[in-house]
Amino acid sequence: MAAEGMTKIQAIEPLPSISQRLSLRQHLAARACGTSLFAADATLDLAEVATTSRLPLAGITPDSTILLRTKAQLGFTLALIDLDGHAGRLILCPPDLSAANTLQVAIDHHVTHVYDDSTLEHLPLPQGIVRLAHGADPQPLAASQPLCDTQWLLFTSGTSGTPKLVAHSFAALTGAIAPPDASACIVWGTFYDVRRYGGLQMLLRALTGGGSMVLSQHSEPIAAFIARLSAAGVTHLAGTPSHWRQALMSRDLTKLQPRYVRLSGEIVDQSVLDALKAAFPGVSVGHAFASTEAGVAFEVNDGLAGFPASWLGAAGKVEMRVRNGTLHLRSGRTALAYAAAGGNLHDDEGFVDTGDLVEQRGERMYFAGRASGMINVGGLKVAPEEVEAVINSITDVRQSRVRARKNPLTGALVAAEVVAATGCDEAELRGRILSACRSALDKHKVPVSLAFVASLPMSAAGKLERRDA
Amino acid sequence: MDLHAIITDEIRAVAKEQGKALKPLNDDTALSECGLDSLGFAILVANLEDKLGYDPFATAEDVRYPQTIGDLVQFYGAGVPA
Repeated sequence: MAAEGMTKIQAIEPLPSISQRLSLRQHLAARACGTSLFAADATLDLAEVATTSRLPLAGITPDSTILLRTKAQLGFTLALIDLDGHAGRLILCPPDLSAANTLQVAIDHHVTHVYDDSTLEHLPLPQGIVRLAHGADPQPLAASQPLCDTQWLLFTSGTSGTPKLVAHSFAALTGAIAPPDASACIVWGTFYDVRRYGGLQMLLRALTGGGSMVLSQHSEPIAAFIARLSAAGVTHLAGTPSHWRQALMSRDLTKLQPRYVRLSGEIVDQSVLDALKAAFPGVSVGHAFASTEAGVAFEVNDGLAGFPASWLGAAGKVEMRVRNGTLHLRSGRTALAYAAAGGNLHDDEGFVDTGDLVEQRGERMYFAGRASGMINVGGLKVAPEEVEAVINSITDVRQSRVRARKNPLTGALVAAEVVAATGCDEAELRGRILSACRSALDKHKVPVSLAFVASLPMSAAGKLERRDA
Repeated sequence: MDLHAIITDEIRAVAKEQGKALKPLNDDTALSECGLDSLGFAILVANLEDKLGYDPFATAEDVRYPQTIGDLVQFYGAGVPA
């Protein structure tokens, strides 16, 4: 319970001072030889990575805010190792962040340096922002105590308009990671991108725990990735239920011999858990609940979907409660705050609203979607308002509502209901709506089904009703 | 029209819409290599549900997922609601 009168963050778990934490490079330097970082086009020995730097560190101070925009996960990972403990703040851009949004973030967050190795499309930087470039050859660098407790800023997923960032401490990001078992020889692999919270969790497990890591690569066919995972001898493999369902449809999956299989990032249903247990007999299959804002909350290892209702209200490192139908969490693993006037992340008692609806059935709690109506398409979030804005901009559309349509493979797909102007040709309007959506939106945001309706329900407050009655 | 033709026609329609090139759709073509990505398969299953009126992925007791075009046709054939 929070002590009265203390500030929200400190009430949860005091943050370690700088001397109490190691830099990422120090974690790496502590490992034995023989662990690797496997990327699609290169394999690096992590013991060697620990002793060299690729980025010039001159001029980087605890006052520096550095934005990382990389074309591949390997460059991103090496930059993290170089900069953690040197720069005050690191902004970790996800791969799909547009150039315009990146630039806006750079300005809003007073970025001092940009590391942008996406050679095709360099950002035109405003004056005063330094572009970091890696040298031709790595330079020797000894692991040293961090100069500061670098904050890592991550993008919250799926917000429409200008993206929102949350600041995490290293302690919060690594709070759910159990101490390493040196004898275990763990090879982590993940279908996630390590530039997002879920993938970053797996990367940090590998880098701080002495293991190896297999990085995925954008648009790599699943069969090719599974072949790389197999060649690297992956032991611990993580992905969303959608990743796993896709992998289960691949003939090559049985080539893998993992010891631990993990799901998170979407609602986990019993059928995907059962399918994984059947595909990997005797292997531990667990699912975790985590979000960029609320951190890693819990892991469920009893093989069942949902989580025990008895966990609500119980004391522990992560406290959980339900308010207005959504799960609220309080722990030392939540983000510190929204960055740059992004509003309050914690309530008065230090709880973070996950925005995830939960419902109780018997002794178990189950997730039931997002309170905001946010649609989760295979781990990628879609704000209904963003799609509605495109549809509503089309002549002859009076009103629209975009909602999730349940899907057994990606959890959900986007479905739209449209109120058309009286007397218009619906088939012709359907064609115009879909072609406008295809040109304005990412593929996963384009409605898969489109129904014309006479009217849409409104709430008492005059807002479009998003939840089902 | 038989199930095989309905399913392969729908795969072609989704691939066209998604701008994906398809491999020849034989019974032993692996689903993971036919050319559709995971979003494409999700759309395929949604479209087939609209067309056929059922979704065997949501109802099947079988914990094995189909891995080839032939498997997929069989999966839909076995999944017809009683």
